[in-house]
Amino acid sequence: MGMPITVEIVGPETHDDLFALVFNYFISIDDQFSVYKKTSEISKINQGLVQEADYSKDMKLVFALSEETRELTDGYFDIHRPDGSIDPSGLVKGWSIYNAAKLLKEKGVENFFVEAGGDIAVLGKNERRESWTVGIRNPFKLDEIVKVVSLKDEGIATSGTYLRGQHIYNPFNKDQSITDIVSLTVIGPNVYEADRFATAAFAMGKAGIAFIEQLTDFEGYQIDKDGIATMTSHFERYTKSYV
Amino acid sequence: MRAQKSLFSFLLLGTFATYALYLQQFTQSRANAPVILEKNLVVPRMPTQQMPMQAPMMRGLYRDGTYLGSNADAYYGNVQVKAVIQDGKITDVQFLDHPKDQSNSIVVNEYAMPRLKTEAIRAQRATVDVVSGATATSRAFVQSLTAALAQAKN
Repeated sequence: MGMPITVEIVGPETHDDLFALVFNYFISIDDQFSVYKKTSEISKINQGLVQEADYSKDMKLVFALSEETRELTDGYFDIHRPDGSIDPSGLVKGWSIYNAAKLLKEKGVENFFVEAGGDIAVLGKNERRESWTVGIRNPFKLDEIVKVVSLKDEGIATSGTYLRGQHIYNPFNKDQSITDIVSLTVIGPNVYEADRFATAAFAMGKAGIAFIEQLTDFEGYQIDKDGIATMTSHFERYTKSYV
Repeated sequence: MRAQKSLFSFLLLGTFATYALYLQQFTQSRANAPVILEKNLVVPRMPTQQMPMQAPMMRGLYRDGTYLGSNADAYYGNVQVKAVIQDGKITDVQFLDHPKDQSNSIVVNEYAMPRLKTEAIRAQRATVDVVSGATATSRAFVQSLTAALAQAKN
């Protein structure tokens, strides 16, 4: 996966063991799914060294979820890269955060967030006993936020490219990177769903926000290359203004 | 079966007379290609240039040849029509494929692009608990995670 991870747990005791639990989980996910690690399971699969029948349980699950997502999004979500390799990170990120959050819930933690690579799962309240506030980063000025949303237990995911950053392409036109939008944030019932649909919707370019609009229980905030944002009809249920 | 609205394009011809070019919707279905326009897609009318109004069906006043209507921006794709004139009559009208983003147009049509609120982004002066944003993937993930764990252990 290759991304920074932040976990915050609110409570009266220290939680070294819980942080270790979550971070160790992410390390194991990285060992399986990171295309940057030559020894990862996905890298071995991409090198043709593993038969499909021998994929790990998690790998088979991720492939199945990816196929379901591909169908739900008319092919705009697709883990196959133009060079023929497979990179499931557009789904694994949200899915693994969702699982990490589940680990904490199973341990009885009631107030926390788990963030990895800009996607976040939240539960409960922050240390001020208020709903967790999430800022949407300004794609043009990385130290600024352009929107604040307040979440209870939803998941939030942002897909995008930075100027001169990585390229996300349209699976239907692989020579063409998405350039008309730079950021698409999705709020959904959980971070797994928010992430997979944010990934798919971003590949649709400017039409992505329309895709999110027609999904029940999802809201979105899309920023185009000119700094104009388009939001779904009920996105402002989540917002607060701090201008 | 499928309701078809006829699409005609009348051409703008030079010299002596100009004629209005009208663009209407039509759906076109081919065995191995997706439907390009669904009936929800609103195709804006081509800018019409009204001339001393005679009936649009000006038989015999068209010069033979093949003519392209100008590119009309149908919001998520371009609409362009080609008409063929033979013996002064329109004998064929073709809808030209979108040059690209054809699939985007299909998605938008199916999801009936609504009017959504837009705004210029503005910096918010607020402290938040956490930030969501696209991040560049970092190959230093393992190192930074190890360092974070080392701190957590203290």
